[in-house]
Amino acid sequence: MSADTSPAIELRGASKTFRTPSGGLHTAVRGLDLTVGRGEFVAVVGPTGCGKSTTLTLVSGLEEPTEGEVLVAGAPVAGVGDKVGFVFQQDATFPWRTVLSNVMAGPRFRGVPKAEAKQKAREWLARVGLTAFEDRYPHQLSGGQRKRVALAATFVNDPEILLMDEPFSALDVQTRALMSDELLELWEGTGASVVFVTHDLEESIALADKVVVMTAGPATVKHIFDIDLPRPRKVESVRLEPRFIEIYREIWESLGEEVRITRERGAAHVA
Amino acid sequence: MSPEVISASAPVDTSKQPGRAESRARAARRRKAVVLVARVLLLVAVLGLWEALSRAKVIDPFNFSMPSKVWDQIYTWITHGTALGSLGEQIWVTLQEALLGWVIGVAAGVVFGIALGRIAFLADVLGPYIKVLNSIPRIVLAPIFVIWFGLGPSSKIASAVVLVFFPVFFNAFQGAREVDRNLVSNARILGASDRRVTLQVVIPSATSWIFTSLHVSFGFALIGAIVGEYIGATKGVGLLVAQSQGTFNAAGVYAAMVILAVVALVAEGLLTFAERRIFRWKASDSGH
Repeated sequence: MSADTSPAIELRGASKTFRTPSGGLHTAVRGLDLTVGRGEFVAVVGPTGCGKSTTLTLVSGLEEPTEGEVLVAGAPVAGVGDKVGFVFQQDATFPWRTVLSNVMAGPRFRGVPKAEAKQKAREWLARVGLTAFEDRYPHQLSGGQRKRVALAATFVNDPEILLMDEPFSALDVQTRALMSDELLELWEGTGASVVFVTHDLEESIALADKVVVMTAGPATVKHIFDIDLPRPRKVESVRLEPRFIEIYREIWESLGEEVRITRERGAAHVA
Repeated sequence: MSPEVISASAPVDTSKQPGRAESRARAARRRKAVVLVARVLLLVAVLGLWEALSRAKVIDPFNFSMPSKVWDQIYTWITHGTALGSLGEQIWVTLQEALLGWVIGVAAGVVFGIALGRIAFLADVLGPYIKVLNSIPRIVLAPIFVIWFGLGPSSKIASAVVLVFFPVFFNAFQGAREVDRNLVSNARILGASDRRVTLQVVIPSATSWIFTSLHVSFGFALIGAIVGEYIGATKGVGLLVAQSQGTFNAAGVYAAMVILAVVALVAEGLLTFAERRIFRWKASDSGH
């Protein structure tokens, strides 16, 4: 079987064009080639609005590519599969469910018996440190706690592929660093392949094995940088290492140019 | 967290907080009392003025009646029954018609609203017809229902249903349409089938929309039942109104109105209670 040797995610010449409300066409992603190995943590950085999130929706099966191919574990993506977990930028916890019920949702949707789902959910709640909050509703939690619920709800499904769309961008800086460390800890136990979209270069270097720099929209891959920082990492300390700063400078040279292009376009739109 | 900090800050708290908190609480209580007294005074003033003007024959007491006569009428109905039988029976008949019409109308409205909200094809096909039906003044259907279904309760239930259906339908439809895209995507990623998305994401998020319409629509159900009875019936509060009108008994009409208002208020109270129970998951400040 090729499934054993094939990479976790493969995009081949994938393009996605949307119809805008005014009737025009908007190309979010064009001719995208990207390979994510098994167990690899890949961060995708690019200027805001360049189509990074679209890449994730293509891999998840929520959207189909207009052109090209998207393969997960060697097989073309057809609809939402059961291998994928997705952590969204905005809050996507179900507000009418308690914390425990939110984490149980995934297994229950997939037909796991209630008692077993509850037990698995409790395990993951313990791992994200929310055991004492299982009877609360999301509105009674802080932003960081809600994010932890979202992480537990995603990990409880044992995803082979973990897609994260700027998951921590709404959190304050300290909470974000804590959550990044927690994410690394949770992930290291699972062996899942991760695609982590962010506009924060520091965050991407601190977390990833590979950083993919996207061009200004329509997005395509500009450069791929290997991050050779040793693991396990602690986000707050790794960013002070000389090697980190070296990598940062190198990647920023590539990313900064795309950011500048995007900004100039924005200015042209205004004028 | 050290004991020194606590003991240092404690004297400040005891010296300032209780006094201020107490006076604030007292002011709040006083305000509540003033509002209540003002309300009662307003009611007494309006009723008193009505009574006085009517007794002084400034307004015609035969046409406009007066509060004391309205009260006498209610009292007579309660103690001696109405011309149609006991008062309780009339209220019960009307309430049954309204409730049944309300339940049917709400159920149909929610089912159609969610279905059209979820299935774009249905919405595109049925949309224009629903708009046309909605633009008909539905109260004029009541006489037709009396012709179709006769003088029994079914004609009243039918007019209650058509009044209740549309507001509930439009709210459920809107609620199903405005479901947070993220929640739907999240549910699908977590493994929910289309049916599960509808049952466990769309319907729960549409409930707050639906509940808004439930408050209004119970009033509509009562209106439907009353108008139906008014046009033709053998029992009910609407018939009481019609009979009182037929015998030029203005007090009777007012008395029936008072009774209906009480019924509507009680129903509203029950609904609010149910809503509080169901929406425990909502932040308390956003509920009102």
